[in-house]
Amino acid sequence: MTAPASEARPPSGRVSIWFKSQLRNIAPFLTLAALVIFFSASSPSFLTFDNLWNVLTNISVAGIIAVGLTFVILCAEIDLSVAAVANATGIVVAFFTLQPDYVNIANVPLPGGLAIALALLACFLLGAVNAVGLTVVGIPSFIMTLAMMQIAAGICALLVRGQIAYSVPDLILTLGSKSIGGVPWIVIVSASMLLIAHIVLTYTRFGRYVYMVGGNREAAEYSGVNVKLILGSAMVISAVCSGIAGMLAVSYFGSAQQNEFDSFLLDAISAVVVGGTSLFGGRGGIGNTVVGLFVLGVLNNGLDHIQIDSFLKVLIRGLILLLALIINVYAQRLRAQSETSAAD
Amino acid sequence: MTSSETPLLEMVGISKSFGGVQALRDVDFSLAEGEIHGLVGENGAGKSTLMKIIAGVHSGFTGSMRLAGKEVHFRSARDALDAGIGMVHQELSTARDLTVAENVYLGKQPVNRFGLVNWRAMARGAREQLASLGIAVDPKTRIGDLPVGLQQLIELARVLFSGARIVILDEPTSALSPPEVERLFSVLKRLKASGLSIIFISHFLDDILKVSDTVTIFRNGRKIVTSPTAGIDKGWVIERMIGAGHQELEESYLGQIALDSQPNAPVVMETSHLTSGRDFRDITFSVRGGEVLGIYGFMGGGQLELARTLFGRMHPDSGTLIMDGKPIRFRNTAAAKRAGVAFVPESRRSMLFHHEPLYKNASIAILDRISRLWLKPATERTIMRAQIEKLRIRPPNPNMLLGNLSGGNQQKVALAKWLTYPPKVLVLSEPTRGMDVGAKDDVLKIVRGLREQGIGVVVVSTEPETVLSLADRILVMKKGEIVKEFASETVSKDRLLEAA
Repeated sequence: MTAPASEARPPSGRVSIWFKSQLRNIAPFLTLAALVIFFSASSPSFLTFDNLWNVLTNISVAGIIAVGLTFVILCAEIDLSVAAVANATGIVVAFFTLQPDYVNIANVPLPGGLAIALALLACFLLGAVNAVGLTVVGIPSFIMTLAMMQIAAGICALLVRGQIAYSVPDLILTLGSKSIGGVPWIVIVSASMLLIAHIVLTYTRFGRYVYMVGGNREAAEYSGVNVKLILGSAMVISAVCSGIAGMLAVSYFGSAQQNEFDSFLLDAISAVVVGGTSLFGGRGGIGNTVVGLFVLGVLNNGLDHIQIDSFLKVLIRGLILLLALIINVYAQRLRAQSETSAAD
Repeated sequence: MTSSETPLLEMVGISKSFGGVQALRDVDFSLAEGEIHGLVGENGAGKSTLMKIIAGVHSGFTGSMRLAGKEVHFRSARDALDAGIGMVHQELSTARDLTVAENVYLGKQPVNRFGLVNWRAMARGAREQLASLGIAVDPKTRIGDLPVGLQQLIELARVLFSGARIVILDEPTSALSPPEVERLFSVLKRLKASGLSIIFISHFLDDILKVSDTVTIFRNGRKIVTSPTAGIDKGWVIERMIGAGHQELEESYLGQIALDSQPNAPVVMETSHLTSGRDFRDITFSVRGGEVLGIYGFMGGGQLELARTLFGRMHPDSGTLIMDGKPIRFRNTAAAKRAGVAFVPESRRSMLFHHEPLYKNASIAILDRISRLWLKPATERTIMRAQIEKLRIRPPNPNMLLGNLSGGNQQKVALAKWLTYPPKVLVLSEPTRGMDVGAKDDVLKIVRGLREQGIGVVVVSTEPETVLSLADRILVMKKGEIVKEFASETVSKDRLLEAA
C-alpha cells in the first residue's frame, strides 16, 4: 500500500510546482490588478484619491464580517448566519437606545454602554448556539448556521415589528459614520480588526490550532488538540465580528430594519473565497481576505464608474465569484495531486 | 465430491504487480463446482489480490482465466457479477437504512405495469429467497437493526439473487459469534449441496479447516500448496504459511523469542473489564513503566478500537480505565494527553500534516508546553532539530514539508511528536506497517530507548513480527476478547498464530 517516496521529480517541474502551490495566492492578485487596469482605462474618475476612500469605506462592513468568517473557513466550516446575526445585533443595540418620537417601537432605552454590552452579549450567545450545535450536537455547520440565519431573522422581526429604528449609542454613531482627520472611523475599525485577526492567526497558539484543525482535523485530534473547542471558538468569533459589523452598519446606513444586510452574507463569503482561502480549510488567511475585499470593492465601485446596465452588475459579480470558486477547488485538487505523488 | 471433468474456474500463471511490488507471481488456482475452497496466507501474501482479480476489481494482470472452459477477462466487478461471480466483503456493503427486502433486491426492484415498485412481490420474493437459505426474518425490518451475522447472510442472499454461481467470502467469520459462525456454515453447506462454489478467505484457520473441502496456502505472492482439507491440521497450515525450514527464517521469526517481562515496575495504566459494543469486551490488563506490552490480533479483532479508547478518541460503554491507581475518564484526546497518554495511529495520513513543515508537525502535540499565547517558532525548530538528530530523520531539515519525506521518515516524525515531553504511556498502532527493514530497525531502537526511560509502551498490531520484535509481554485478542497472555516465557510466531 505504502509506496516509497518518488525521489525523482522532473527538473522542469520546479517552477510549475511553485506556481501550483501558490495558485490560490497569485490568482486573486492578478484578478485585482486586471480589474484596476480595466476600470482605470475605462473611466477617468476611477483611479482618484477620493475614489480610493469610497472603495475603502464601502468594503469596511463586509471586511469586519469577513474577519470572523476567515477563522470559520480556515477550520473548513461555514457560517451562513453572519448577515442575519449582524442584522439582529444592530437591531438589538437600536432597541436599547432612545428612538425619536415618530419611531413606533416598544423599545427599552438604556445608557449607551449598556446597550452596546447587551448587543455584544446577544451576538456572543447566537455564536455560542452555533458552536454548541456544531460541536456538541454534531449538526453540520452549513445546516446549523442556516437555522441560525432564520433564528436571527426572527429576533429582528420580533424587535422591530416591521418598523425602522434610527438612533444608536453615540460611540456606535461615531465609529460607524464619523471621520477623524479625513479618515472614516469605520475604515479604521475594519483595518484594526483585520490586523488583530492577522496577528492572532499568525503568531498565537490559537491561530496555529485553527490552521492545523483546518488542515487535517483527524491529525489534530490525534495530537491531543481539543478540536471541538477550536471549532466552537471560531463560530463565536464569527458571530461577534458579525455583531460589531452589524452595529456599525446601522450607524453607517442610518437605519435599523429587517433583512437590511442580507447582501453582506454573499459579500463576506465572496471576499474570503475570492481572496484564496481554501474552502477545505487550513490554507489562506487574513492577507487573502484583504485582497478578496479589494477585488470585491473595486468591482462594485468600478461598475458604477462605467456605463453598464445595473442589472448586469449582479450577473457579473456572480460570474466573478464562480470563477473564484473554480480556482479555489482547482488549487485544492493540485494540492491533493502533489500530496499523492509525494510519500504515503 | 469436488472433482468434475473441467474445473468451473481455472486460473493459470497469474501475475500482478503494483508499482514495482510483485503482489502475485505465477499463481495457478482452480475451483470445482460445488466446492468450498479455503484461502489462507499472511497479510500481503497475495490472497486478496487474487480474489480481486477473480471478482473483476483488478483488471490489469498477466495469465489466463477460464470460466467453465471459456477464456474470460473481466474489466469491472459488474462484468464478473454478470458472469456469475459475486463477492461478500469483510466490510458489509448493505444499505443500513433500507429494509431487508430492499437490500435483497437492491438495484433491481420488481415493478408493476405502471413502473412503480411492487412492494408486495418484493417482500414475498425476499422472504422466499431467505427461507431457501434457512433464514427466517421479516423482510420489512430495517437492516441496520439486525445483528451483523444476519446482515451478512442478507448480503450473501443478494449476491446469490443476482445470479452468482461462485461466491467469494472475505473474512466472513471475523465479526461473528460462535453460534453465528455455525449458522453461516450450515448455510454454506446447503449452498454447496445445491452446486454453488464458494471461496472462503480467512485468518481463522479453525474455521477454514472446518468448512472447506480444499485449502490453498499463499506466501509472499506465491501459491505454496493446494491440499484437500481432510487429514491436515492447523500446525501443518501454519508451517506452510510462514515458511518453516526455508531460507526466510530470520525474516519470519520462527525462532523462539524470550519475553522479558518487568514484574516489579510500577503499573502506569490499567483497564478493568473495559467493554465497547461489538468492538471489544471485558478487557482487563495493566501496563508497567518500562515495559512494552504487545497486543496481537487479526484484522477486526478489536485491538485498534481498544487503542483509540486508551487515547480518549472512542469511549467505552462500561469498565474502567485506571491511571496511577485512580480511575479516569477521557472526554477527548486533549484530556488523555494531559493525563500522560500519547498515541500514534496506524495510518500516517491521520496523524500528520502533509503540507506543513516538519517542525509544525512535531510541535502540534506539545504547543501547550512551549507556549502560552505567542508561538515560539525558533524553539519549535530547535526541538525539531534535536529530534531529527536523535531519530535520524532524513533529510535533516526542520523546514522541509512533511510530504517530501519517505514513509519511514514520516513515521519517525509521528513518533517525534511525543518524545520531547515523554508521556507515561505511549500507544502505538501498527508502528512498522509498510516499512523497509532499515526503518523498522530504527523504530525498534526508538521503542527500546523509550522503555529504558520508564515509559509504558503498548504496541497494537495485526503483524506477528511487529509484536514479537518489540514486546516484553504479549496479549492475544480474538473477536474483541483477550484469549491468551504470553509472559516470561519463550514464544514463536507459530505459537502466536496458534493462539489467535
